[in-house]
Amino acid sequence: MYLDQIEPGETGIVENLAWVGDVARRLRDIGLVEGMEITCVGRSPLGDPSAYFILGSVFALRRADCRRIAVRRCR
Amino acid sequence: MVERPIQIAFCGNPNVGKSTLFNALTGLHQHTGNWPGKTVESSLGIMKAGGETYHLIDLPGTYSLDARSPEETVTRDYICGGAADLIVVVCDGTCLARNLILALQVLQITRRVVVCVNLMDEARKKGISIDLQRLSRLLGVPVLGTEARKRSSVKKLEKCIVDNIFQPASAPVPIDSPVAESQRIAGLVETRTRSFLQERDRKIDRVLTHKIWAYPTMFLLLAVVLWLTIEGANYPSQWLGAFFQTCQTLLRKGLQALHAPWWLSGFLVEGCAATLFRVVSVMLPPMAIFFPLFTLLEDFGYLPRVAFNLDRPFARCGACGKQALTMCMGLGCNASAIVGCRIIDSKRERILAMLTNNFMPCNGRFPLLITLIPLVFVGLPAGNGAMGALILTGFILLGVLMTFLWSKLLSCTLLSGTSAAFVLELPPYRKPEFLHTIVRSILDRTLRILGRAAAVAAPVGGILWILANVFVGGRSLLAWGSVVLEPIGTIFGMDGVILLAFLLALPANEIVLPIALMLYTQGGGLPPEFSPEATRALLLENGWTWVTALCVMTFCLFHFPCSTALLTIKKESGSTKWMVLAAMIPTITGLICCLLIRLGALLF
Repeated sequence: MYLDQIEPGETGIVENLAWVGDVARRLRDIGLVEGMEITCVGRSPLGDPSAYFILGSVFALRRADCRRIAVRRCR
Repeated sequence: MVERPIQIAFCGNPNVGKSTLFNALTGLHQHTGNWPGKTVESSLGIMKAGGETYHLIDLPGTYSLDARSPEETVTRDYICGGAADLIVVVCDGTCLARNLILALQVLQITRRVVVCVNLMDEARKKGISIDLQRLSRLLGVPVLGTEARKRSSVKKLEKCIVDNIFQPASAPVPIDSPVAESQRIAGLVETRTRSFLQERDRKIDRVLTHKIWAYPTMFLLLAVVLWLTIEGANYPSQWLGAFFQTCQTLLRKGLQALHAPWWLSGFLVEGCAATLFRVVSVMLPPMAIFFPLFTLLEDFGYLPRVAFNLDRPFARCGACGKQALTMCMGLGCNASAIVGCRIIDSKRERILAMLTNNFMPCNGRFPLLITLIPLVFVGLPAGNGAMGALILTGFILLGVLMTFLWSKLLSCTLLSGTSAAFVLELPPYRKPEFLHTIVRSILDRTLRILGRAAAVAAPVGGILWILANVFVGGRSLLAWGSVVLEPIGTIFGMDGVILLAFLLALPANEIVLPIALMLYTQGGGLPPEFSPEATRALLLENGWTWVTALCVMTFCLFHFPCSTALLTIKKESGSTKWMVLAAMIPTITGLICCLLIRLGALLF
């Protein structure tokens, strides 16, 4: 499954990123690496983007970008 | 001894209080804010301690050393260049794991590092305690904990810098995966006693990004900010106007006493001084109110939530949600907002934001809009500030709509390309420091913008005076100009006078209305301050109807940016092409809208 399927309140564990180059690096910088816990904490009023809690901070990511981040659901 | 000054660089993730510490150490007031990417250029400050002078460099906030946006490149190049005698890596104690990534990356390059774990007080409040000694052992460099707003912390940091400046450093050791390593280290030194999702912030988020309430809240906040700006600026503007009137009289008398020829005193007093005074008295009060309000919202952390709420429509148009931030800033000053576009990573999306920024009226354009509202919306209580602010908000929404329209159009044509990945940090909410914010935003933003405007206003005033006082064939050059433009103006529902005023006010939007009044009264210089009522009466006398007023308001909202904004676009985009386009897009939009309004009015 992919990150966009994680509902608000749910936590996932990152399996891998279908990104290469700059974008992958960018996402890695904010903590999106294999094995990292990521919790969805809310959605924008129009349903996209969503807010995710990663490594102590909250980041907004777009659905289209989340579709390329493979995760497995926690608990 | 070293011959060149000792250089100490400050780096860290965005929004960790780096600039606050830097300011406290150097006494230099450099603006800090609660949204990522605030320090767009590295700034330099001097610190004196123990008889030694240190050069402190505040590098732009960055998450890592191999990032791609311009400000992050600055940081990387500086650190890799090896010019620094010591690097202070500032970390946020509330999310150490992420901040350690950058620290570890720096440590791969050099060991001349001090790690400063900032915001220890916020971390404590969130139930996080950090074992700093253990962290220091694990990293192999000195570590100290600070609270950015505390004097004692700053002293501690100063001492730590002085103590470590010439300590021999070991050779850097390569680290396989800084991300994994930072997580491991953070896990070893942190103890968390409370829920770690920052429940309080999430509660505020649930309200401010609520499905139903998010947009009304945004609209209301915008209207309130505008209302405070307009209403609050009224009296100071009048006082300043009266004060400058006296100054002008004194200047004129002074020049008379010196037996200056009429043309010199006219040029200097009625030309340069009058225009300069007018620009200052119209511009200063609203800006001195708007920017502190903007900065308060920024420091609190609301503005990134606006970007979060509005990203979807921006994404639909191929633009970036962070553009919402630069648009808000455009309400203060378009030129500063265009510099602010640097927070947008992708070049394509950045250019989009720059080209469409002028659809947001800066507060130099507010007075004209406000004055004309009663001419269009007849029957509304003219002096009602709240109503004026509400209608103005409506006009701004029109500008927002046009921004979306053009963004879509541009990203389908000239600026086509795929959307870049969107990563927006939603920083923790912070209680703004009111006094600090107000003083800082007035000093940093308002005065800088005012200075820039004043520098162009005086020469333009001089030219304006010459145009108004050189007569050819019984008419002044200025009058000739309006005669020539009259047919064009009429087509678009305006007249030659107002069109000429828009053209002459290219350097400063504030003087559109004064120039028009000067032409209508056939005066040789800018007329003294007219009350809104007197202005409206004079305009009606000169054949204005509600259609004229509506067309002028529309053209005020959609026309070429001021010269400062244009030059900024050229500088920021690195090309004249974008500058020309930035002038053409709103102008064409405005002319088309005016034409439609006039044709529509003919039907009734």
